[in-house]
Amino acid sequence: MNSIYMPDQVAPAKVQEQPLIRYEGVTKTFGELEVIKGIDMSIYGGEKLAIIGPSGSGKTTLGRMLMTLEEPTSGIITIDGEKLWQMEDKRGRLVRANEKHLHRMREKIGMVFQHFNLFPHLTALRNVTLALTSVLKVPKDEARERAAEMLGKVGLATKLDEYPSRLSGGQKQRVAIARALVLRPKVIVFDEVTSALDPELVGEVLEVIKEIAEDRETAMMLITHEMEFAREVADRVVFGADGLIVEQGTPEEIFDCPRSERLQAFLGRFR
Amino acid sequence: MWDWDYVYELLPKLLRALPATLGAALCGFALAVLVGILIAIAGRSRFRLLRGLTTGIVDFIRSTPLLVQLFFLYYSLPMLTPLAMSAFATGVIGLGLHYACYLSEVFRSSIDALPKGQWEAASALNLSKARTWFSIVLPQAMPPVIPIMGNYLIVIFKETPALSAITFVELLMRTKNETSISFRAFEPYTITGGLFIVVSLLLSLAVSRLEKRFKNRTTA
Ligand SMILES: Nc1ncnc2c1ncn2[C@@H]1O[C@H](COP(=O)(O)OP(=O)(O)O)[C@@H](O)[C@H]1O
Ligand SMILES: [Mg+2]
Repeated sequence: MNSIYMPDQVAPAKVQEQPLIRYEGVTKTFGELEVIKGIDMSIYGGEKLAIIGPSGSGKTTLGRMLMTLEEPTSGIITIDGEKLWQMEDKRGRLVRANEKHLHRMREKIGMVFQHFNLFPHLTALRNVTLALTSVLKVPKDEARERAAEMLGKVGLATKLDEYPSRLSGGQKQRVAIARALVLRPKVIVFDEVTSALDPELVGEVLEVIKEIAEDRETAMMLITHEMEFAREVADRVVFGADGLIVEQGTPEEIFDCPRSERLQAFLGRFR
Repeated sequence: MWDWDYVYELLPKLLRALPATLGAALCGFALAVLVGILIAIAGRSRFRLLRGLTTGIVDFIRSTPLLVQLFFLYYSLPMLTPLAMSAFATGVIGLGLHYACYLSEVFRSSIDALPKGQWEAASALNLSKARTWFSIVLPQAMPPVIPIMGNYLIVIFKETPALSAITFVELLMRTKNETSISFRAFEPYTITGGLFIVVSLLLSLAVSRLEKRFKNRTTA
């Protein structure tokens, strides 16, 4: 079977009916280049959704549109049924979202980047407390406590006062994970978070993600090239190529009985 | 030729003009930094009108002489508006606005050099625009340009004689007054030149101290 549009009926049984996030007919064009060519996709509350596909297929762009770093050219993304990039003006017309609307919506979304993007002038702890105190207005002591606890959870209890320059790549990425997680968003985008790491540091970061994936509260969009990891952690896997979803299903369906030739060819490269 | 007795008599008198001169330079510099930062921030505004307006003002100020601006602020502004300021305040504002336009370019390029990922991380953490500027962008963009800021501080100090044109009694004006009393020029101008050198050296020393302190704190 080689159909391009797959209705996303494959919701795992344990999650609720109403999706947390929906992409409806989403496209994205950079200049002349159409990078996302019409995506329909859902992520359910607490669901771990892996996104795999060749590089250049638009996976990062998909995540960045959810994080509000990139505006879709057309189509709609909703979170909890509310439009992300549009809002109603006073007269009830649908208009482009303003900064205030995006600010409110962003409370539900977090992101971990390929290149960490830690703040180099702040200690690990300050990297994690900054948004807690300044955005969520958590009192300083409580923020410190929550941040220290979260850094402990990612195995960095002894590195609270280190600056990023003194941390290894794996440690930096774990700080970045703690920084996103501590804000308790409903969904976190992980964009190839191990692909900038030295091979020997990949394991420790994947272990941390597996551990936090146990938590059924937070949904995760896991953009990854680590197939074993995706199989182990994901509830559902989406395979995309050339800006379209080619195939999606449970990890078993995707990895053990890929239907499309493109997916078969893609997976062949990892064997 | 060189009369030491006259030097000892003269030096305290000239030194008395130094605090006001240095004060005008330091206040002008502080204002230049502050306004320079604001101009750099406005230059990145998403409102095109604000961006265009700041570019226009910066270009205008940079293409007219400081002296003309000082005359305008001191003599013309009070005629056009109810704003009348002391020579000192006018001098500080004149120096501050003039050099803000140069410093804003320095800040702008340092801000542009910040990796895009820093802005994106701030946005992903939902930091407000103000928080992003003051906790993420400026703390990283300012330390690398401390040496350039230091150069401008010295340039501003050396430009203080321009303030004599608006009746502000700074070091050079004081020196001229002395020469017109004693009819001697050699010692007064030599001493004043020396004072400019000494103060400039001290300022650059202070700046490099400050620079070292920031370097020790963190490097990415
Ligand atoms: N800001 C941008 N401007 C222009 N082209 C872009 C931009 N971002 C991504 N692209 C292009 O979009 C395509 C998809 O990129 P991306 O979403 O990063 O794919 P993936 O993450 O799957 O490798 C690539 O061809 C890339 O060069
Ligand atoms: Mg990518």
